[in-house]
Formats: sequence, C-alpha cells, structure tokens
Amino acid sequence: MSESTEATETTRAVDTPEPAKDERPAPATPRDRLVAFTVRNWRWIALGVLLLTAVWAPFQLVPFRVFQFTMVMVYAVALLGLNLLTGHAGQISLGHGAFFAVGAYGTAVMMFHWELPYPLTLPLAAALAFVIGLAFGVPATRLRGLYLALVTLAIAIFIVPLLKRFESVTGGSMGLTLEKPSAPAWTGLAPDQWLYFLALAVTILAFVAVRLLLRSRVGRALHSVRDSETAAEVMGVKPASYKRLAFAWSAMFAGAAGCLYTWTIGFVSPDSFTVNLSITLLAGIVVGGLGSTWGPLLGGLFVMFVPSFSQDINKAAPGVIFGLLIIAVMYVAPTGLAGLAGRAAHWFNKTRSNRILRKG
Amino acid sequence: MRGTAVSAAVLLAATTAAACGGRDDGDGGGTASGACEGQQTTGITDSTLKLGGIYPLSGPASAYGAIPKGIQAYFDYVNAEKGGIDGRKVEFTVRDDGYQPPKAVEEARRLVEQEQVFALFQTLGTPSTTATWDYTNQRKVPQIFVATGASKWGADDKHPWTIGWQPNYLSEGRVYAQYLKQEKPEAKVAVLFQNDDFGEDLLGGFKKAIEGSKIKIVQEKSYEVTDPSVEAQMRDLAGSGADVFLNITTPKFGSQALAADAKMTDWNPLHVLNNVAASVTVLKPVGFKNVQGVVSSTYYKDPNDPQWDDDAEMKLYKAKMKQYEPGADPAVPYHAYGWAVASSFHKAMEAAKCKTREGLRDSVHNLNNVEVPMLLPGVTMKTGPDDGFPIESMQMMEFKGERWSLVGEVIDTRKEFGPLGD
Repeated sequence: MSESTEATETTRAVDTPEPAKDERPAPATPRDRLVAFTVRNWRWIALGVLLLTAVWAPFQLVPFRVFQFTMVMVYAVALLGLNLLTGHAGQISLGHGAFFAVGAYGTAVMMFHWELPYPLTLPLAAALAFVIGLAFGVPATRLRGLYLALVTLAIAIFIVPLLKRFESVTGGSMGLTLEKPSAPAWTGLAPDQWLYFLALAVTILAFVAVRLLLRSRVGRALHSVRDSETAAEVMGVKPASYKRLAFAWSAMFAGAAGCLYTWTIGFVSPDSFTVNLSITLLAGIVVGGLGSTWGPLLGGLFVMFVPSFSQDINKAAPGVIFGLLIIAVMYVAPTGLAGLAGRAAHWFNKTRSNRILRKG
Repeated sequence: MRGTAVSAAVLLAATTAAACGGRDDGDGGGTASGACEGQQTTGITDSTLKLGGIYPLSGPASAYGAIPKGIQAYFDYVNAEKGGIDGRKVEFTVRDDGYQPPKAVEEARRLVEQEQVFALFQTLGTPSTTATWDYTNQRKVPQIFVATGASKWGADDKHPWTIGWQPNYLSEGRVYAQYLKQEKPEAKVAVLFQNDDFGEDLLGGFKKAIEGSKIKIVQEKSYEVTDPSVEAQMRDLAGSGADVFLNITTPKFGSQALAADAKMTDWNPLHVLNNVAASVTVLKPVGFKNVQGVVSSTYYKDPNDPQWDDDAEMKLYKAKMKQYEPGADPAVPYHAYGWAVASSFHKAMEAAKCKTREGLRDSVHNLNNVEVPMLLPGVTMKTGPDDGFPIESMQMMEFKGERWSLVGEVIDTRKEFGPLGD
C-alpha cells in the first residue's frame, strides 16, 4: 500500500518537532516571546482550541446540528479502528461495518433484553467486538491483499441475514427500538447535548488510546509488519500475532462506535448495517487520510456531511455526486484530507523558517 | 513540559465550561390564538404551508424516489391553479435517506429543526419510519400518511402523531382470503413468502382470515432477501398439489416465482401475486403470455389501464404531470401514487378545524369515508379514534393481454372482518 506509507511519512514530518527550533536564541521582548511560544506550541494550541470549540458548540447549535456532530464522532471512533488496521497494520478490511453492527446490536440486546444500565454496555460491547475480531483475525494471518479483502467482505455480507434470523433476540428485520440515554438531572443538559458529550468523551478516550498504542512497542511492530513482513520477522516481530491483534483492536473501536450509535439513534435494524456501511467507512478513512492522526476525524466529517451536501447540489442523483467528490478528493489529495492538511502545515513551517532565516 | 501544562490547563477550562447548564428547549414556531389557542403553528402561515418528505432517492430502494415527483406535481398544480390549500401555498421539501435509518433520523431532524416544517408528509419504508417516529412524537410533529404497509402505524397508541395511508399488509392478506372464499372455497394453498415483517404480516393476515373456512394452507416456504433465487422453494411447492399459489414477494423474487411457475407445466395453480410485486415492469421480463390469469389487488387507478382514459382525474393527472414534471413519465404508477397521496393530504388538511399541528393530527384520525378521485371508485379513507388505518379496501385484478383488468367488487376488509387489531 504505497498511499499509506506516504501518509505516515507526511504525518511523521508533522509530528516530530524540528530540532532546529529549540536551538534558536530566545527572543528578547515579551511580545516576541509570546509569538515564539505560539509558534513553537501551535499544535497544542490548535488542539486546545479544537477541544474548547467542541465543548462550546452544543450550547450554541440547534439540536439537529448537535446530532450531526455526535454522528461525526461515532464515525470517527469507528474510523480510528479501521485506521489502526488498514493505515497502520496494512491489512485491508471490507467488513468493518460488521463489527460496528456487532457493537450496535450487542448494546441493543443488552439494553432491550437484559435491561442493563447504558454506561455498562459500552465496555461490554467493545469487549464483545474485540473477541469476535480476534476470531476473524485468524484468516488475516494467512491471507493477504485481495484474498483478505474478499474474506472480510464476506463477513459484511453475511451479518445482515444473520441478524434477521434470530428474531427472538435481534427483533428480526423489524429491529429493536430502545430508550435513548437521558442526561442526569444535575447536568441540566438536553438529551442531544448529553449524547454529544458521551460521544465526545469516548472519542477523546479512543484518540488517546490509539495514540498511546502507536507510540509503544506495539505501534512500531505494526508499522514494521505493514512495511515489510520479512524485515519484521527478522527483527523478532511475529507478524501473525500482530495482525490478529490489529484486527481485534480495530473491531473493538468499531464495537464502541456501534454502541454510541445505538445510544444516539435509539433503533437498530439489519438494513442499517449493509455492505454499503463497510464500504462507506473504508472510503471515509481513505479520503480522511490512511495512517494519519486526524484522518479518522476528517473521514467522519466527510462521511457525515458530504452525502447531504451532494444532495443539495443535485437532488436527482446524490450518489453520483458523492462518488465524483470522492474521486475529486483523491485526485487533489492522494494522501487524504489529513495529508493535504499535513502538506499545508509543512508549507507553513517552511515559509516560517525561511522568514526567520532571512531575518536572522 | 510546557506543552503538556498548556493542554492540561485547556482541558480544565473545557470541563469547567461544560459544567454550566443546558439550553432552553425553545421551538422556533408560534402558537395559535382564538379557538385553537395554544396549538402549534410552526411552518404554517396564512399564505404558506411547509411540508417535508424523506425518500430513498439513492441506494437499493431508489425506485420509490419517483413518488415525490407525483406529489410535487400535485402541489405545483394546486399552488398555481387553485391558490394552494385553503389559500396556503405548499412548499414541499424532499430529502434523501438512501433507505438508511440513521440518515432518516438526521433528515427528520433537519426538516423539523432547521427547515421548520409544519409536518413530515411521508417517510418511506418501515425501517426509516420506525427510526424516526419516536422523535416526531416527542416533538409533537405530525408524520402523515407514511409510505409503508406495516400494520404498526395504526395499531400503536403511543404514537398518535404518526399515521399510515396505503392498505396495510394484514388487510391485503384478508383481501386474498375473502377472494378465495368466494371463488375457490375449498382451495388448497401453497405459499411463498419473504422472511421479514412484510411477509409475516401479509401471511398472518391471510391465515387469520381463513380460520373457520375450508381453505387450507398445504405448504409454506420462505426465502431471505439475500437469497439468489427462489427456484428450490418453487420446486418444493409444486410437489404439494396445491391449486392456489400465494406469492408474497418483493419485485425481484416475484418475477422469479412467476417465471418458475410458468416453466412448470405440470403445476397450474391459480397464481395470486401480492400488490408490491404486481407492477407491469415486474411481469414484462417474464413474458406476458406466461402471466395470463395471474390475480392481484390494488386500490388506486393505474395510469396504464385504458378504462381510466376518459376518467376526469386521470386526464387531469396526465396533463398536469406533463406540465409541471415534464421529465417524469406519467405512466409510472409511483407517480400516480404520489398524486393520490398528495390529494389525500389536501383533503385532510382542508378538513382540519384548526390549521395547526394538533388540528392536522385530529383531522387524519377523523376521516369519514373521504373520497379521493385517484383512488378506485368505492375505495375511501376512513379512520376513527380506534382505527388508525385510512385505506382498508382493495379490489382484485386479473392480468389479461398486456395489462391488469379489475374484477369483481371492491373488498372492504373492515366490513368483512371487523377492525384490525382484534
């Protein structure tokens, strides 16, 4: 996968601070010092601003917009998992929607039949998806490329009739309708705001978890498996077990996202989790930026907003416009939207250092 | 590290901000005064009326995307030539959900909160309607004449703001039972049905209606929507020796079953095809000579049927479709369906005492044999406090030559079997 390698290259360029920065002499005036501080920490500041905006937004927007952003985060969490598998471990999956469905249905069954309190369903749904992901990770250790794509596609196809079969548990093709979680009284939040903050908390948690995972030994092992299995093996990394684990983790995030989905929509039916969902998710992460930090979030925004945007352009064939937009994005930004942002940041860094050089 | 300290501070600030309370859940719309005091008037003024519909314009069910074109043509015609409904020009906004429930929820919220529509006039499909009806009922937004034949829209008392329109599948099953009681009182029936709520509703209605009669179901076989073919099921059914074949299928499988029946020359049952698969476009690939004598049922006028060529409403429909939706073919029955449901809405809205959301809700639950010209003569809309099913009558039709011809009288299942839900 040449795109994914490129993508990490760009990310790496963005993530590692340039050593030249710290060697600069400290500027004298307080104003200069402030500027230098801002410039040096712009990534932290941007993150802070993003978080503040995320917290402030639900109080300013109409519930419909709040709902949309909640769904963006649901997709972002699912895409985080897919990014881990496809972007970082180099394994293609056309069946991510199936694990999403496992999480969603797991949550629905736990809330509907067992009447568990909803916060409990999140870890349980994630764990369930993890176990199933581990089981389906077995073929991943033996197959690669198109063959693996085919096997994962089969998972996505067979989940829908499976969900329709066990009617007493899954509600058949009618699905299950559930109560949505409501905010505890002390918060004074409307239900949509509460769901938004639940999703925000899970999203932050998921982003931090992925970040820590990738910075550890495991992350480096995954990258080595992706870049060259032979080299990885020579260095003492077992590709088979890491591939299987990558599958399980990616399924776990999909399961957590599925749980959030059930909380937000309050209704599950087999037709919500068709092959289309898996393909949309894959398109989302490729457009967002495979192997990049912010790819999942950008992909979530794309998956959520572009279909309705393309509907505004042409009512007759929204699908066509959606497809054309994907092609356009891939043409303009072959490393995804995150890659585009990375390139912009790179360009910004370059011009800045040029300016400093000129000044100096 | 300074960066970490900064981010920690930011996070702290963020959580503090989060701790301060919610928002007033104010609705942008106003309320009425006078006799209808306190009722909601969002989306309606003295000169305009905003409606929103959600249809699959893309995705696997996009054939149904033709329905809003018929509706749009009707409203364009009423706005331009009749001064709107009670002097209110109708603005009809259509959104696409691709037949996906989460998209339907998003679009319902968009229509209600951002577009501030007066009512959702049609959501299409059982999954999409199920996903949205809790929301519309919490917000007290009418969800009128939903385009699905499931029986739950009328049978549920927790969702007074949602109501169906077309005959539900239970009633359709009753219609076939009634027809067989008259034509073949000792029928031995073989059934093929789709294994989901649609198939079970229709078969359930049929089974209940034949209780106590001499009609027997000798064999039933189901299939999944994901099955490639129903040929194996058809071979089993042919061995049952039944003299009636009840075909409860969606279009693709309907034509497979018709083709299989035509191929098996040693089994020649009376073929009863359900309404959703009875479109001429389904029968054509099978070959018209192979489907002669197949029977089905309907409730609105088929634009392809020459007997309506001189019908005033049909003429109006064809002329106005040509005028306001020149790109759409008036011969497509889905357009006629849209026209029929839009004019049903027109009647219900006109009849509402209060021109408010509450008024519309009460009006659609109090239809007293309302005649809609696009429906078959004798098919009327009737609802009441315990009856949430507007149309429950259908007429049988038989395939002759290249089109359906109506046979017999309109079968009123209300009269024959009593209200649903008992």
